[in-house]
Amino acid sequence: MSKIPAELKYARTHEWLRPEDDGSVTLGISDHAQEALGDLVFVEIPEVGRSVTPGEACAVVESVKAASDVYSPIAGEVTAVNEALASQPELLNSDPYGEGWIMKIRPASGIETPELLDAKAYAETLED
Amino acid sequence: MPFIPHTEDDIREMLGVIGVDSIEQLFDEIPSGLKIEALSGVPPALSEMEIQRLMRERAARDEGHLNFIGAGAYEHHIPAAVWEVTTRGEFYSAYTPYQAEASQGTLQLIYEYQSMMAALTGMDVSNASLYDGASAMAEAALMAVRANRASNSGRILVPATVNPAYRRVAHSIAGGQGLEFETVPYCREAGVTLPEALRAWDDADVTALVIQQPNFFGGYEDVAAMTDWARAKGALVIAVVNPISLALLEAPGTWGENGADIACGEGQPLGVPLSSGGPYFGFLACRQALVRQMPGRIVGRTVDLDGRSGFALTLQAREQHIRRSKATSNICTNQGLMVTAATIYMSLLGAEGLARVAAACVANTAELVGRLGSIQGVRRTFSGPYFHESVLSFDHPVAPLLEALAERGILGGYDLSRDYPELGHALLLCATETRTTTDIETYFQALDDVLRHARVA
Repeated sequence: MSKIPAELKYARTHEWLRPEDDGSVTLGISDHAQEALGDLVFVEIPEVGRSVTPGEACAVVESVKAASDVYSPIAGEVTAVNEALASQPELLNSDPYGEGWIMKIRPASGIETPELLDAKAYAETLED
Repeated sequence: MPFIPHTEDDIREMLGVIGVDSIEQLFDEIPSGLKIEALSGVPPALSEMEIQRLMRERAARDEGHLNFIGAGAYEHHIPAAVWEVTTRGEFYSAYTPYQAEASQGTLQLIYEYQSMMAALTGMDVSNASLYDGASAMAEAALMAVRANRASNSGRILVPATVNPAYRRVAHSIAGGQGLEFETVPYCREAGVTLPEALRAWDDADVTALVIQQPNFFGGYEDVAAMTDWARAKGALVIAVVNPISLALLEAPGTWGENGADIACGEGQPLGVPLSSGGPYFGFLACRQALVRQMPGRIVGRTVDLDGRSGFALTLQAREQHIRRSKATSNICTNQGLMVTAATIYMSLLGAEGLARVAAACVANTAELVGRLGSIQGVRRTFSGPYFHESVLSFDHPVAPLLEALAERGILGGYDLSRDYPELGHALLLCATETRTTTDIETYFQALDDVLRHARVA
């Protein structure tokens, strides 16, 4: 059973979001996603300052068997990216909710959208 | 005999499993306006006997001429061993085999090929090859747009001195994908791009600059100045190069302060016969930092569980069969057989042999240009130095001249009037190491004769 921290929000496409104190939102991929992808060998991160729209592909995570897009569930501007992933993509495997974060986004408006799921609802999508 | 193994029953059964009525239904997502109902330009099928005869007759027309045409495809001597080895059953495949790792010999050969091309171009990594030089340049442009994320324009600067066929193909392949190809004018006197011409884009967002060296006219571009200009403004540099020339000229990886980012070109000069235009192969090499945006496949060297070295396809996650429509390219294979020939060719010649071929080409073309230029009414079009091709100007149209020469068994060169009408009656010609002093003298006599008749008439 993969880990699904209760305090995070989730997208059906397996990204997680964590609202930070400074108003920004941290984005990563879920434990389930990293497990399904297998050993990650490369993470393509966006430029800081790029604006993203809901559902837009903003990063690529590449494992030995697949390269998958990471979608932003919200609109906003990328304010920080996890540079450590360039040399240590395996952080996504070892610590998907911590050291393996991908980017921080300053939301254009609130992050409460019906598309975002809480931990319980996300866990249910994985059972289907 | 149709080479389709499925019977009507097989097909019906398979369609039934996925709940579809007909094969056509699988293509429903393609708008009907884009579908071609009938291939009106294709004649009825010929029998094996008829097609063999037709091909023999056509092949016979190519024989017995003295060839002085270059313009992107070059007649070089190919040692007999090259195709003797290439056509052995173990190598005889057009592509990387399926279950590639089961064919370690093929993978090792591709790995050796990649290593040689990386060394020749001065780049970090080469792919396993592409279809031809023109499509390699188009792929390089698409790759540059993906890789240069600081640029949003999709603007690719292409000097007018880049092979016109390459420019047309790049436009066909990439023009519909939001790329803007803009032409950099050339100097009419020198036949090269003046670095000053790039100043017009000083304030523009440029994604990449293409530089062909030697250029289509055979002249030498100021690659250092052009590369430095591009890199200073954050544009990537795409080098289009002739692999034979790299035995003598500076490798793209060392152009200017920091080198080019991508090197590509036509691999045909490396052991592939002209064959009425193909198959040839394209090569593409780049810096390590760009490798994830590189199209095509790459063979890597690794070790197995027991620590023994072996070869494997790598970076496949970016390829079409896995990443579908988001792949780096629609190309998901390579020109395996041509690459086999090229690898054997390069290993037989070695660095020194390749340099001797290049030097012989340069000397023969200089001899040809000097000899023909001594004829009344024939003069060099451009002033600068050149590699193994150059341009001559005439007082009369070139097309009838070439016809008269062809009647005397000479393919006299490439008529530039269609692609470069501003040059007037201009002819691009080439003498590789296969042309002897006697051949050049034969051309001289024939041309002198033809022009003498033209003057009388």
